[in-house]
Amino acid sequence: MSEFIGDNSHTGSSDESGTYDEWIPSFCSRFGHEYFCQVPTEFIEDDFNMTGLAQEVPHYRKALDLVLDLEAMSDEEDPDNDQPVSRSIIEHAAEQLYGLVHARYILTKPGLQAMAEKFDHKEFGTCPRYYCAGMQMLPCGLHDSLGKNTVRLYCPSCQDLYIPQSSRHLCLEGAFWGTSFPGVFLKHFKELEDYVDRKAKETYDLRVFGFRINDEAPSGSRMRWLRQYPATEDEQREYEQCEFRIPSL
Amino acid sequence: MGDVEMAEAHEEVVDTTDSSEYVEFWIDLFLGRKGHEYFCDVDTDYITDRFNLINLQKTVNKFTQVIQYIVDELDDTILEQMSSARLEQLENDARKLYGLIHARYIITVKGLQKMLQKYRDADFGRCPRVYCNFQPLLPVGLHDIPGIDCVKLYCPCCEDLYIPKSSRHNSIDGAYFGTSFPGMFLQAFPEMVPKHPVKRYVPKIFGFELHKQAQLARWQELQRQNLEEKLVGRGIDLSGYGGFKK
Repeated sequence: MSEFIGDNSHTGSSDESGTYDEWIPSFCSRFGHEYFCQVPTEFIEDDFNMTGLAQEVPHYRKALDLVLDLEAMSDEEDPDNDQPVSRSIIEHAAEQLYGLVHARYILTKPGLQAMAEKFDHKEFGTCPRYYCAGMQMLPCGLHDSLGKNTVRLYCPSCQDLYIPQSSRHLCLEGAFWGTSFPGVFLKHFKELEDYVDRKAKETYDLRVFGFRINDEAPSGSRMRWLRQYPATEDEQREYEQCEFRIPSL
Repeated sequence: MGDVEMAEAHEEVVDTTDSSEYVEFWIDLFLGRKGHEYFCDVDTDYITDRFNLINLQKTVNKFTQVIQYIVDELDDTILEQMSSARLEQLENDARKLYGLIHARYIITVKGLQKMLQKYRDADFGRCPRVYCNFQPLLPVGLHDIPGIDCVKLYCPCCEDLYIPKSSRHNSIDGAYFGTSFPGMFLQAFPEMVPKHPVKRYVPKIFGFELHKQAQLARWQELQRQNLEEKLVGRGIDLSGYGGFKK
């Protein structure tokens, strides 16, 4: 029912089309969807970019039409489908479809540019680690298929993964950003790596009244390696030996 | 002694709810304030013991009055005579002094016990690092002098420092917890030291690790193996707490 109302206002009078809610902008501006960038419809319309997605998303055609705001037309084209699917199921499929396209789009040049803008505005949040001094983070998935993990945030400065601070980002599907995004982003924007290399590498030592805790104590330092960088010449040599594998001790 | 008094006074509050004389204790009010979730409640007899207050006299004006105000022993007549500006000053001084006493109290046996309960309830939040698996954090200051930096959170799992998630915790002075607290805490309760996760993240493109990051990760893993070998060589058991989780 609401579909027809929406459609009427769209086609009926062209001057009213400003009030018509396009699916992609409204999806991206939804509360908690701050990590999404807008994928241009041309990208989605290109079948090449959608290769393989029909198998991953149920009701692929209808979902695609919903994303591209073509919903009513497909109802007419699809008369043999006698079982109408409820709108919420299609809506869910559309979100999945958009998310998976989004994961592909952000690896392209314009997609990286759009994400870089969000990165610069700290829209993905900043690293909670104190010594990273508010470094911006990048969203990242741990799997490329749906339903495995929620989104994580990668800090280019400490090269570690964090859970989003706000609970509204905790339920976002990780596959909507994909496993390759931080890597491609780092390789595309070389200046980011240079900036991180130049950053001061501070670490924290647990102290009691100014004295460091002995390594042999259970609370002694065990994780220093995680934030360690080769500093001395010996360490630099050791680092070079690690180029392809860990040299045996 | 002080506990008994407190308990009696509490009963009094319950018994006579309509009497305005014991509305609420200053400490309880302070602890109940939003953003003060990290603080534990300091015994009144600890606060009133002069020995524990050595070198704190100069941190606030009218020291004795502030102490009396914190433990609710300041006469109402004195309070009524005070100007609103002076009252505000008194309240701020009381908060600062309570914080500084708190930093000393939480590294005593009793204070550590209270903080242990808060740590178990994860009152200080949990580590945002993915591989730390929601490890509860411990508050720590980077300076013992007030007014320099706000409180930070120490993760016993990755041994790193984090900024509190909520902005209202970001305005709490780090000196109110002190630089020694997590060290003292983990020394006192070594069984609270978690196993350290070895797993880590290396960015990948289509399944292939980025070379530079992977090389660094390999070198860091080598450092870890060296450390493990050194510790095992010294006869330290790494299978229990404080060891590595593989």
